[in-house]
Amino acid sequence: MASVVTRIKQKQIVELLEKGKRLDGRELTDYRELKIDQGIIERAEGSARVRLGKTEIVVGTKVEMGEPFSDTPNEGVLTVNAELVPLASPKFEAGPPDENSIELARIVDRGIRESKVIDTEKLCIEKGKKVFVVFVDVYVLNHDGNLIDASALAAVAALLNTKMSNYEVEDGEVKLKSGYTQLPIKQHPITVTCAKIGEKLVVDPGLEEEQVMDARLSMAIDDDGDICAIQKGGAGYFTPEQVIEVSKLAKDKAKEIRKKLDW
Amino acid sequence: MNEKPEKLIDKKGLRLDGRKPDELRPVKLEVGVIPNADGSAYIEQGKNRILAGVYGPREVHPKHLALQDRAVLKCRYHMAPFSVQERKSPAPSRREIEISKVIRESLEPSVFTEYYPRTMIDVFIEVLQADGGTRCASITAASLALADAGIPLKDLVVACAAGKADDTIVLDLMDEEDKLGKADVPVALMPSLNGITLLQMDGKLTHDEFETAVNMAIEGCKKIYPMQKEALKAKYVGIKEEAEE
Repeated sequence: MASVVTRIKQKQIVELLEKGKRLDGRELTDYRELKIDQGIIERAEGSARVRLGKTEIVVGTKVEMGEPFSDTPNEGVLTVNAELVPLASPKFEAGPPDENSIELARIVDRGIRESKVIDTEKLCIEKGKKVFVVFVDVYVLNHDGNLIDASALAAVAALLNTKMSNYEVEDGEVKLKSGYTQLPIKQHPITVTCAKIGEKLVVDPGLEEEQVMDARLSMAIDDDGDICAIQKGGAGYFTPEQVIEVSKLAKDKAKEIRKKLDW
Repeated sequence: MNEKPEKLIDKKGLRLDGRKPDELRPVKLEVGVIPNADGSAYIEQGKNRILAGVYGPREVHPKHLALQDRAVLKCRYHMAPFSVQERKSPAPSRREIEISKVIRESLEPSVFTEYYPRTMIDVFIEVLQADGGTRCASITAASLALADAGIPLKDLVVACAAGKADDTIVLDLMDEEDKLGKADVPVALMPSLNGITLLQMDGKLTHDEFETAVNMAIEGCKKIYPMQKEALKAKYVGIKEEAEE
């Protein structure tokens, strides 16, 4: 919602951008400081915390046995959910997931699913009957902008850290054995979001930049540098030239982050 | 279910329904199809059959959602239980909630919402039959319905998808290509303003392929755009003829 403060801020942000500067002193294509900690929740099969500036996300994964979908009988199942918990922002409310949390979950889901992060065929226990189901739960703990990139990173980091129990099949009965195996991982997508403010494009928008942006464009880039998922959001538009510019920015930024994380 | 086709593109480079890679499915548009609505439109694109209805600007409900400087645009994309092979539960799915949001955000850049502060404009979309690319066809119809409701627009919004079937970049994916293809890139465009208001993708494309797909989708949009205008005119030509009789 537009308020007096954001009107003044909006002017300030736009004027700074004209000079190629941002409120927090970053370059237009700079990310905020990124920190990832894995394995922070012992009860979860996998977990990770991502801090992107003051934005903080925790992702926990659970691996359970369940039934496969009828159209993919020999593949495991991936389920992504996102919670915008009320302690994370004055704008979040408790209650059933709203369109923002559903969109966030589906963007994270698409990034993982389309780039084939998990080797789902290896999660099959008994074709058509039993497979492992991987639950990825995104928990937003502090909202300071760009939840998409932080959540996508946290989800992949948590999956990299996920173990599933060993099992054996005896007379059609599945028995869990002691010990764990690493979840089979094939890809490490990195999602890069650009916001359009006026005619400028900025990478990794902060909360105030998100409040004044016209629109945003997020692209998931896989290990090969190819694009796997895209989402445009916000009530503005991009020109075709800006779309291509974002795709190039996303490729460069993903490469840079990938190198830093050694993924 | 039908057998899965082995190839989406045959040796002659034609698609399952005989189209060339850059060929649209037949599109039929009609405006003013729902008497009760302030504006409405119907689209057939391939086997897609979709209705869009607009109510408003009208009183905001619930009241606290009202904005002091512009109208609230609301959008509901919904699929009929019988619109797909296996019955779809009529309760809104997570997919429908997300699509409702992206459709709203694809239409909003075109609407002069600041002309109607403290009001609400409702856009309702019902997919009666789905055949791949329903979100694009829905946008094309919904924008027409907004225009039909007499709401001032900066431009019509028209949408079309491109994607990758086997190893070919193709325009306007149908159901099989959507499900079995390697990528899907829906694009919505305001042609006069050269603005892309919706862009999504799933699958895997190199940057060159992506650029080709976006450009192909834009060309597709530009082919549907004049049909939109024609459909809008056709309604009023019809009214004029009736009045003269």
